[in-house]
Amino acid sequence: MIPELGTYALTLALCLSVLLAVIPLIGAQAGNLLWISFSRPLATGVFAFTAISFVILTHAFLVNDFSVSYVANNSNTALPWFYRISAVWGGHEGSLLLWVLTLAGWTVAVAWKSRDLPADILGRVMGVMGIVLTGFMMFVLFTSSPFERLLPNAPVQGADLNPLLQDIGLIIHPPMLYMGYVGFSVAFAFAIAALLSGRLDAAWARWSRPWTNVAWAFLTLGIALGSWWAYYELGWGGWWFWDPVENASLMPWLVGTALVHSLAVTEKRGVFKSWTVLLAIFAFSLSLLGTFLVRSGVLTSVHAFASDPERGFFLLMFLAITVGGSLLLYSFRASEVKSESSFSLVSRETMLLVNNVLLTVICFTVLLGTLYPLFVDAMGLGKLSVGPPYFNALTMPVGALLMFFLGIGAVTRWRRQDLGSLLKQLIAPIILAVVLGVGTLSFRTEGATVWTYVGVILAYWLLLMALTDMLNRVRRRGSSVWENLRKLPRSYYGMQFAHLGVAVLAVGIAMVSAFDEQRDLRMAPGDKETVGNYTFIFEGAKHFEGPNYTSDIGTLRVFYKGEPYDVMYPEKRLYTARGIVMTEAALDPGLFRDLYVALGEELENGAWAIRLQFKPYVRWLWLGGLMMTFGGLLAATDPRYRKQARREQKKMEAARA
Amino acid sequence: MNPKRKKRLMIVLFIVAGVGVSVGLTLYALSQNINLFYSPTQIAKGEAPLNTRIRAGGMVVEGSVKRDPKSLKVEFAVTDFENSVPIVYSGILPDLFREGQGIVAQGEMDAEGKLQAVEVLAKHDENYMPPEVAEALEKAGKMPKPQGQEFNK
Repeated sequence: MIPELGTYALTLALCLSVLLAVIPLIGAQAGNLLWISFSRPLATGVFAFTAISFVILTHAFLVNDFSVSYVANNSNTALPWFYRISAVWGGHEGSLLLWVLTLAGWTVAVAWKSRDLPADILGRVMGVMGIVLTGFMMFVLFTSSPFERLLPNAPVQGADLNPLLQDIGLIIHPPMLYMGYVGFSVAFAFAIAALLSGRLDAAWARWSRPWTNVAWAFLTLGIALGSWWAYYELGWGGWWFWDPVENASLMPWLVGTALVHSLAVTEKRGVFKSWTVLLAIFAFSLSLLGTFLVRSGVLTSVHAFASDPERGFFLLMFLAITVGGSLLLYSFRASEVKSESSFSLVSRETMLLVNNVLLTVICFTVLLGTLYPLFVDAMGLGKLSVGPPYFNALTMPVGALLMFFLGIGAVTRWRRQDLGSLLKQLIAPIILAVVLGVGTLSFRTEGATVWTYVGVILAYWLLLMALTDMLNRVRRRGSSVWENLRKLPRSYYGMQFAHLGVAVLAVGIAMVSAFDEQRDLRMAPGDKETVGNYTFIFEGAKHFEGPNYTSDIGTLRVFYKGEPYDVMYPEKRLYTARGIVMTEAALDPGLFRDLYVALGEELENGAWAIRLQFKPYVRWLWLGGLMMTFGGLLAATDPRYRKQARREQKKMEAARA
Repeated sequence: MNPKRKKRLMIVLFIVAGVGVSVGLTLYALSQNINLFYSPTQIAKGEAPLNTRIRAGGMVVEGSVKRDPKSLKVEFAVTDFENSVPIVYSGILPDLFREGQGIVAQGEMDAEGKLQAVEVLAKHDENYMPPEVAEALEKAGKMPKPQGQEFNK
């Protein structure tokens, strides 16, 4: 009975979404405040009912209600309770329910946080959110309901959650990623609302900015978490595979990053307006494309679990309508948009334009590499895959260029700057960065490539330019350094954090790509192997029993320069319900290096296939991601946005009175 | 042409040239990095090129896995139940690798008609089969029934 209530609640949420898609939009168009005022209660209602159905599904998992098909396929009585909760989004149906819940959450957040928004804009934003909600609710209810029953033959035992997903990383990675993916729908809604109302101005950019920053921050975090999870759980020590599904999340991130910057220009200077709108449309469209790629099963990927043409078709139609409709609207309205100011060639505007162009180029190459195999397959020209060398060859040079211009952009002034004064500021940091970078790498040249040097030098470059910019700001006027530092707005610190995150990420990529060491070995008890300064001695493996698995745990003694250092226990698990074998690697993490030991398969006479890895600076990858996330959130919570909005509203009220 | 138009024309030409060059380079990089998939039957017919990175896949033939007792070298055969192709690999096989399981290997064909694999992929879902393998099996009319547990309505 209870699962039926879940379907019922979701159906109610769908009905309310339809109303949300219609009433506030008409109200905004007709200038009817009463109709617009329905948007808040409606959004709250949609969220409440979606949340109810989500709680009901969670309950079905917690009580092991295997009469529900989705629960039977993704859970098991032996599964620990916390994995039963994360199993709610462990499969297609539940994962989409989480998608919808997140979308409803964003909608209700916008509804209640945007009291300062003009009524007609709020009505349009809510209407667009309502349309998107309606589309996805229909998708869940008609093609992927998680509440379908297996009656009357309900199984006694479930099939268990895919063991790959029985992990802390998978408890938090999907919700974070969805927060980001779905969050771009808010930027999209604001863009469409602006197009509809014809009021594409700095105020619009200011409303949209904090939301876009938050969405971007979550997407960054989600991608970083996914990479971290793949590293220890799945990847045998790899951290990025250019897997189509990874690309699907990277593309909206790249365009989202461009959007965050372009919004800044639109807000501060009133230029790039139509471009910003286009980016907002594309960021959300790419999120939808990502959902389509992952959920339709057209991809060969670790994420592709099942395919269903009907679902793919629905999503493709939804994507076509969203992209087509919004671009059509754009083509009608974009010509009316006028820039409010001009800028010269040497200016921060230009630098941010370069940033946008480069990010778009990276996104385009990733898109091409991801879709090309699908396209060729659809044309019946054969099956092929595009290898990581393609992506590396194209993203690395463009990424390096991006970092170079990021450094310059940090110290360039808005509007115009004298080229001479700019160059004067650049020369010392360039020389210093090269010296420091080459100096750092001189301790270890074996394995380093040109790109290692480029990465490390550019990281120093970013650090030095950030410091130069800080100094420029702090030295101004007569007040003390400390006072000046404190006066800098929160969004400025957010920006610096995020940019330093880029530097940290670059160090991580450069170092781990150049200096990681890997040995695949056959080790019998007593065998010894040295990797770098570490010596590993294999002492054999023993058999253990877990709650829903049995496992073999190996023991390796580790010596650092001959001194006893650590004991590592890599594990091989057999999950009994599905009969799936999983590798649980043993890690010794550190800020400057990870030791990574994984058991392969058992060979004869107690010998095992073992992979030993030494991963320098690998943690910096995710540290960089965390810094970017933190920076994005810091910038989004700048009190400036709220203060400014309040000031504007007062002005409007004064004008009305 | 007035100077303003001339300037605009230059900008447009510049953009067109830039886009042209980058698209050209991208396509070149793409063409250098595509790995075509060949089914065991296609390989048996000699369609697969030698010494070029390709992908091949099928079901691992029961009883075909032979290990070298000294190293991690392993040899096995994959089949689409029409033909089979021997694969040589040195390294750790994925967790889901086992006889009767669908896998995809990347590598190069050698003169003896063996695939020297540098990578072996098996997916983390016992009912999941790489689409290439599924299609190759379907074409040969040898699609096996899924063996894992799955509850359908």
